[in-house]
Amino acid sequence: MPVETWLTFTIGFMILGSIVALELRDILSSIIAIGVVGLGVSMSFLFLQAPDLAIVQFLFEIFALIILVRAFIGKDYHAFEPAKASIALTLSSIIALSAILLLSVPVLRLLPPFGEPLMHTAQHYLDHGARETGAANLVASVILDYRAYDTLGEITVLFTAILGVFTVLRTAIKSEGGTDEE
Amino acid sequence: MKNNGMTLIVKTVTRITVWMIILYGAYIILHGHLTPGGGFGGGVIIALALLNVMLAYGREFTTRWLNISVLEHGESLSALLFLITGIVGLLVSGAFLANFISKGQLFHLLSAGTLPVLNIIIGFKVALSLFLVVWVLTSIKLSKGDTT
Repeated sequence: MPVETWLTFTIGFMILGSIVALELRDILSSIIAIGVVGLGVSMSFLFLQAPDLAIVQFLFEIFALIILVRAFIGKDYHAFEPAKASIALTLSSIIALSAILLLSVPVLRLLPPFGEPLMHTAQHYLDHGARETGAANLVASVILDYRAYDTLGEITVLFTAILGVFTVLRTAIKSEGGTDEE
Repeated sequence: MKNNGMTLIVKTVTRITVWMIILYGAYIILHGHLTPGGGFGGGVIIALALLNVMLAYGREFTTRWLNISVLEHGESLSALLFLITGIVGLLVSGAFLANFISKGQLFHLLSAGTLPVLNIIIGFKVALSLFLVVWVLTSIKLSKGDTT
C-alpha cells in the first residue's frame, strides 16, 4: 500500500484520539487519549522514513505523559462542566472556517506536489553530506554540521527554560516558608 | 512525592533495569553519527531512566543519590562546552562551529570530526535539563485553590 494510505489512516486515528481527549470527562483517560495522538505523530514519522524524528517524538511523548499524569493524578477536575455551546457561535465558527478554507484553495494549488520540495539544498546534502562531514547518519551531519546554529539555539532554549523554572520556583518555595526539605 | 516511592517489586526491577536504560541511552548518543538517534534522543532516554528512579524510590532518595548541585553545574557546563567547541572551530578553521577534527573513515565509530563530541555534549545537556525540570516541578506543592 502507498504511504499516503497509511498516513491518512494514522491522521484519522489522531483526529479521533483528540476528539475523544476533548470529550472525555475523566482527566486521566483524556491524558491517555492525548498519548494516542503523539504515538500517531511518531508512527507518521516512521512511515515517512524519518526514524530520528520518530525516536525523539516517541520519547518526548512518554516524558510529557509522565509529567501530565504526575501533575493531574489525585486531583479532582471532574466537577468542571464544559461551557454551553451556543448555536450562533458554532455556526459563525463553521462559516468563518469554511470561508478561510475556500479562499485558500488558490494558494494550495501553488504548492509543489508531495515529495518535490522547492528548495534543492537537501539534494546537496544527499550527494555530498557523507564526504564533507564523514558522518554515516545524514541527519546528524545536517543538525550538527550544516545546521549547527540551529542546535546551538535549541541548547540555548533548554538552558533558558531551566534557568527560568529554577528562578521562579525557588522564589515560590522560599516565600512559602520552606515546605519541603529545601 | 513525600512517600518513599512504590512497592518492593517496582524498586527491585528499577534497580536492575535503570543501568541498562542508561547504557542504551549512552549507546544511542555515542552512535549518533552512524545510526538514527543522536544526542537528543539518547539524552531523553537517560533523563527518563533517572525519572524512573525518582518515581520508584521517591524524591528524597533521588536527591540524596544524585548530587543536585553537581547536576546543575554539569548542565551549565555542557552549554559552555558547546560554545567552546564552536569557538575552537572558529580559531582553528576560521568559521564558528566548523568541523575541525579529521573526518576519519565512513561508518567507523571514531569518525565525522566534531559530530560525536557535540552529540555527547547535547546528550548530557538534554538528560540533565529534562531531569532537573521535573525535579524542580515536583519540589513545590500547591494546595487546592492556591493561585500563588
